[in-house]
Amino acid sequence: MSYSQKRKLTNTIIFIVLAIGAVAMIAPLIWMLSTSVKEKQDVFALPPVWIPEVFQFGKYKEIWEAGPLLSGIKNSLIVAISVTVVGTFTSSIAAFAFAKLRFPHKNKLFLALLASMMIPYPTVMIPQFIMFSKLGWVDTLLPLIVPGLFGNVVMIFFLRQYLLSVPDAIIEAAKIDGSSYFRLYSSITFPLIKPAIAAQLILWFMGIWNDYLAPIIYLNSPEKQTLQLVIANFNATYAIQTDYPLIMAASIVALLPVLIIFLIFQKQIIESVAISGVKG
Amino acid sequence: MITKSSLYRKERLYGYLFILPPILGLLIFVLFPFLYSLYGSFTDWDGLGQMNFIGLANFKDLLTDDLFYKAMFNTFYLMLGIPIGLLLALLLAMGLNRKIPGTTTFRVIYYIPVISSLAAVSIMWNWAYNGDYGLVNQFLDLFGIEGPNWLANKDTVKPALIIMTVWKGLGYTMLLYLAALQSVSRTYYEAAELDGANGFQIFRNITWPMVKPVTFFLVVTNIIGGSQIFTEMNIMTPTGGPEYSSASIVFYIWQKAFSNLQMGYASAMAMILGIFIFVITLVQFKMNEKSAYDGD
Repeated sequence: MSYSQKRKLTNTIIFIVLAIGAVAMIAPLIWMLSTSVKEKQDVFALPPVWIPEVFQFGKYKEIWEAGPLLSGIKNSLIVAISVTVVGTFTSSIAAFAFAKLRFPHKNKLFLALLASMMIPYPTVMIPQFIMFSKLGWVDTLLPLIVPGLFGNVVMIFFLRQYLLSVPDAIIEAAKIDGSSYFRLYSSITFPLIKPAIAAQLILWFMGIWNDYLAPIIYLNSPEKQTLQLVIANFNATYAIQTDYPLIMAASIVALLPVLIIFLIFQKQIIESVAISGVKG
Repeated sequence: MITKSSLYRKERLYGYLFILPPILGLLIFVLFPFLYSLYGSFTDWDGLGQMNFIGLANFKDLLTDDLFYKAMFNTFYLMLGIPIGLLLALLLAMGLNRKIPGTTTFRVIYYIPVISSLAAVSIMWNWAYNGDYGLVNQFLDLFGIEGPNWLANKDTVKPALIIMTVWKGLGYTMLLYLAALQSVSRTYYEAAELDGANGFQIFRNITWPMVKPVTFFLVVTNIIGGSQIFTEMNIMTPTGGPEYSSASIVFYIWQKAFSNLQMGYASAMAMILGIFIFVITLVQFKMNEKSAYDGD
C-alpha cells in the first residue's frame, strides 16, 4: 500500500470512529426529543422506538399548565439578562481601567480579584444566604441578580488580556484630544473589543441560564423559581406517574434557548473557549 | 490649561471609579462571607440563634462522621472520570486534527452536551438509567446483557455518574486539546515522518509534550469542578443514593446547612473544601509561573 493510500485508509477509519462517537454524544438528546413526542406505550416499548409512528405534540401544550414553566422562563430571563447586561458593563469598564489607565496599586488589586477565584461558591454560600435572608431577599430573584451586577472576574481577566494587545497610542491620542475617560471607554475601547465581549457575554448568559445550586438555595415558591428548578420539579412530580413525555418536553424547552444561541454563535463560542483554555 | 499632575489625578480617580464595582463585589460577596464562614466553622451556628464559639468541635465531629467520609470518598471516586475523559478527548482531538471531512460538524456535535443545561441532562440520564426501560439497558440488551437498575444500586450508581460526567465534559476537553494541537507546527510532524518515526514515537515525543500544559490545566480545573459536583446527585438521587453512595461533599454541605440548619458544621466542611481547592489552584499558579520561564 502506498503512503497516500495508507493515509486515506487511516482517515476513513478515524472518520468512522468520530462518527460513532458523535452518535453516542447526540443519541441521548435525540432520544429525549423523541420521547417528548411519543405516546405513553411507545415510551416503554422494547426494542426502543426512535421515530414514533404518530408524533404527539400534545405534551408541548400540556407542560404550560402542568407547572409554572412560563414563569420559570420569565424568571430565568430576568436574572440572566439583568446580570449579563449590567455585569458586562461593569466588567468591561473595569477591564479597560486595569489595562489602559494608570493608578497606584493597580496590579495588586487585579491580583486580589484573580485570587478571589480561588474561593469557590460552596464555601461562601452559607454566609451569603444568611446575609440575603437578613435583607429579606430569600425567595426573590435578588440574591441571584445582585452579586452579578458587580462584574465577573473571568470576564475582566479575559477582556484585560484582549485589551493589552490594543496599542496604547490610540488611547493616548484621544486623551490628548481631551476625551473624557468614559468616552475613551465607550467610543474607542468598547467598539474595539466588541467581539470578545459578545463571546464572553454569551458564555456567561449560558452559565446563569443553566445555574442550579444558587437558585435551589434561595427560591422556594414555585412561581419564583428559575427554569432549571421548574423542570427539576417536573421530574420529581411526574416521574412517579411515569409521564416521561411530559418531563422530556419540559426539559427540551429548558435546553432549547441555549442550544439555539449556541448554534448561531458556535464559531465565536468555540473560539473563545479554546483561547481561554489554551492560554490557561 | 491642564497640568500634568492634574491629568494624572483625574486618571487615578477614574481608574478607581471604574474598578470599584468588582472590588466592592469581591469584598461583599467573597471576602466577607469567607471570613464569616471561617468563623462560623468554629461555632455551633444554626443560622437563627446565637453563634457560640466551640473551638475545633465541628472538625473533631467530622473525623467520626461516617457520612462525611462517604461524601468525601464519593467525590474523589467520581473524579475517576477525569483521566477517562482526558484520554478519550485527546484521542478524539487527534482524530479531528487530521484533514478529514466534517470536522466543524463533529466539533459542534461533541460540544452540544457541554452547553446543555445540567439539570435537563441529569433528568434525561436519570431516565436513561432506568432499570426496566432506560436507554442504557435497552442498548445493552442488544448484546444480550441485562443491565442493572443503575441509580438504585450502590455499586453502579457511581460508575453511572462517571459515564454521565464524561459524556457531559468530553466536548470541552476535546476542544481545548484540539486548540493546543492546532498550535503545533506541522513541520515537526513532517520532520518526524521523514525520519521514519512510527505513530507511537510521534505521539510520545511530539504530541504529548506539546499538549502537556493543556493537560495540566484540564486536570486542575477538572479537579476543582469535580470537587463541587452537586446538581447531578440532587436531581438523580435526591436522597444521596442507596446507602448515601452518590452524595458528594457539596451535597452533604447543602443538606446539613439548609435542611438540618447545622450551619456551623456545614461551614467547617465548606472550609475543608475551600482549603482543598485553594491548594489545587495554588499548585496551578506555581506551575504556570514555571512554564512561563520554560519559554514554551
